[in-house]
Amino acid sequence: MITRFLLQGMDRGLRLFVLLVLAIGIVLPLLNQLMPPGSALHVPSWVLQLIGKYLCYALLALAVDLVWGFCGILSLGHGAFFALGGYCMGMYLMRQIGSRGVYGNPVLPDFMVFLNYKELPWFWHGFDQFWFAAIMIFLVPSLLAFALGWFAFRSRVTGVYLSIITQAMTFALMLAFFRNDMGLGGNNGMTDFKDILGFSVQADSTRAVLCFASAFALALGLVISAAIVGSRFGKALTAVRDAESRMRFLGYRVEGYKLFVFVLSAAMAGLAGAIYVPQVGIINPGEFSPANSIEAVIWVAVGGRGTLIGPVIGAVIVNFGKTWLTGALPEVWLFALGAMFIAVTLFLPKGVVGLWSQIRTRGATRKARAPA
Amino acid sequence: MLFLRLPAVLLSALASLLIAGSALAADLPALVGSLTTGSFGDRETAVGALATSGDARAAPILEALAAGQLYVRQSDNLVLIGKTDGNQLALTEAISGKSAGTGAEAGLDRVRVNNRLRGIIEAAVGSLTLMSPDPAVRRGAAEALFKRRDASSLAALDQALAGEKDARIKRSMSEARAASVLASDAPAAQKVEAIALVRERGDRDALAVLQATAASSDGEVKDAATAGAEAIRQTIAAWEVAQNVWYGISLGSVLLLAAIGLAITFGTMGVINMAHGEMVMLGAYTTFVVQEVIRTSAPHLFDASLLIALPLAFLVAGGIGILIERSIIRFLYGRPLETLLATWGLSLVLQQAVRSIFGPSNREVGAPSWMSGAFQLGQLNITYGRLWIVVFALVVFAALILLLRKTPLGLYMRAVTQNRPMASAMGIRTPRVDALTFGLGSGIAGLAGVALSQIDNVSPNLGQGYIIDSFMVVVFGGVGNLFGTLVGATALGIVNKFLEPYAGAVLGKILVLVFIILFIQRRPRGLFALKGRSVE
Repeated sequence: MITRFLLQGMDRGLRLFVLLVLAIGIVLPLLNQLMPPGSALHVPSWVLQLIGKYLCYALLALAVDLVWGFCGILSLGHGAFFALGGYCMGMYLMRQIGSRGVYGNPVLPDFMVFLNYKELPWFWHGFDQFWFAAIMIFLVPSLLAFALGWFAFRSRVTGVYLSIITQAMTFALMLAFFRNDMGLGGNNGMTDFKDILGFSVQADSTRAVLCFASAFALALGLVISAAIVGSRFGKALTAVRDAESRMRFLGYRVEGYKLFVFVLSAAMAGLAGAIYVPQVGIINPGEFSPANSIEAVIWVAVGGRGTLIGPVIGAVIVNFGKTWLTGALPEVWLFALGAMFIAVTLFLPKGVVGLWSQIRTRGATRKARAPA
Repeated sequence: MLFLRLPAVLLSALASLLIAGSALAADLPALVGSLTTGSFGDRETAVGALATSGDARAAPILEALAAGQLYVRQSDNLVLIGKTDGNQLALTEAISGKSAGTGAEAGLDRVRVNNRLRGIIEAAVGSLTLMSPDPAVRRGAAEALFKRRDASSLAALDQALAGEKDARIKRSMSEARAASVLASDAPAAQKVEAIALVRERGDRDALAVLQATAASSDGEVKDAATAGAEAIRQTIAAWEVAQNVWYGISLGSVLLLAAIGLAITFGTMGVINMAHGEMVMLGAYTTFVVQEVIRTSAPHLFDASLLIALPLAFLVAGGIGILIERSIIRFLYGRPLETLLATWGLSLVLQQAVRSIFGPSNREVGAPSWMSGAFQLGQLNITYGRLWIVVFALVVFAALILLLRKTPLGLYMRAVTQNRPMASAMGIRTPRVDALTFGLGSGIAGLAGVALSQIDNVSPNLGQGYIIDSFMVVVFGGVGNLFGTLVGATALGIVNKFLEPYAGAVLGKILVLVFIILFIQRRPRGLFALKGRSVE
């Protein structure tokens, strides 16, 4: 039954797309592991790392799209959920270092020894267990989203006001995490990770598994999102986006719909952050900066909001452009990003995916007209 | 002050000398002459006489004597001050102060001093400053004596008090005298009287005096001193509150300047202009360019540089604002979230453009002379720079209110804010009003940039620091209501400054942000919501 529920929302295109994502997540790591380094088919591990990173970004973009594209909530604070998930994973990884740190303290991470902590702060307990960290990765962002959404949606804070609140939230969190006495690494954040589940994070095989995990998480996110969007619930969600007052007058409890999707989206963002951190090897308060959250929004806008494939494509395109441009022409990158913001909102309100379907329908009408 | 290091014994010796010396009343050259001759005892008398003469010329001579720089020329017995200048001595005539060229030490006799004389000289220089013709010097001497609270300075103070005409300095001197009385073994009644005088002064120094008195005395005096100290503590606490309010107002004025332009664009058009901070930055860079031009071509105009920069910054930022409105924003009306993204992109482009042109580092913007320095108001310390920014913010605010209330453009703007379709139906050209409003809001941001260039680093990131704060102010105050913006900015500024001592600057800011987030939940339309019947 659950499978039927999960698959009902997927059309043929999306099903193919999910399979493509999974295929990337399986084939590339296998090519990296099985082919000898000299072979033409060998995929170097930095490529795996890059792809894994893009896939995490894509999951974050999907989370943003779920609230913005389908429910009309423009969150400028999803980077905060992403970072919180990342911090939970970071805390687990820090505890795994054990006595291999520079100061060799078996319990306290290096930065705590450096800051003269005598014992572990209370919120660090439990993070030495993976299952605990795994729960926290979903729980912490969800709880924050629940608290914020509970108040905001009930008092009918909508539109730009909500955007500003979420931006203020991530800004406040950034300031808070920059403080050294937060007990979370201050402005240096957490880095120098060694092991995840007993495997070295530096090893190629771990990288391959992490890349697969990113693809799997993204595929899972796509399936769940598709199921929700395709259900009756999803229809109501889209209606809230388009005419919130009317839905309220019709007797729907709008805030419940919004709250559910907001919390779910935050959990997805948290998961993305958690898989992201071991692949890049660092988490610091910079991840909370409002600019990051807005960048995630532009991935969605470029790809096409209100579609499930769009945000994934947008995240990959923009980040590929970023990787390439910051390497080749660093001065130009911000111009390009800024221009992308302007051009997409002005000329491509439906994003790349929208453009593609526009071309297809135009082609179809032309074909339909041709015989007449 | 030289005499701060002087042992009490020497000061009391000085006091007796002062009284003896006042009878001598000889003229300066004769006294200086007697400084260089006779026994050390005679010289002591001469120093005392010089001290009581109150002649300003005496101070440098005595200082030179103490430093061993006073010479007598063998040829004509002229007294000279010789300061070492390489191998030579730069000579000045002691009494007239005229330069006497340079010369070697040969042919000059150094006037000798011993340690006892040196001490007396230091004290004499001190009392000379107490009688100096310059009121500021006299006041400084009295203040220093107040902090020193030494019984031995009583005599000198009494004498100075007798001759003092200036009421404020007289007050300082009698306070210093009271402090000295408290340190002496005067009768309790006198001490209680002195405590009352010190208590009236009511600042930290007075508190220190009373605390010391309370610790070292007993009975009636101790009670009076303890009560006085308590009263002063309360006074100081009140002044501290006042100082915090002032800091808050000062921060509030900065917030007001940054937010007020945003209040217009946001209020009128419902447009979130994320590039607003960059307009502030452009204003600051305009100031920088104006100052650079003035520095290279007309340095004498430097004090006027900010006044020149103001209209230019308004035009630059306003012009760019209109350009943005015409080329981007007008296509996005009715889609506020898209406007937000487009203007964010624009802010990235503007930042990078400024970074490419002016470089990523901070640029130096100088303060004109009328903006530097500070003054005391009671126990408040107010810097001119901050004061002018507060004044400027209020002037801009008042001008904007006038514009909105008294001009046709203001009327149109208000009409469009309240009901766009209706205004359009009444024949108001709303697109034109939109463009002008956006230009006006951006221009005011440019003006804010001129002011902020005085207190913040002028760098490409200048605007980013203000954008979130500005939104908070506008949303907190209520959209479309300028008075709301004023109240919101001042309230947030003051709250921020009151939280800072308890929570630290960063945590205070976080608390304010959390407070606003919660506040918006309670009143989603802000403190002063615009009443209307429109549904979003």
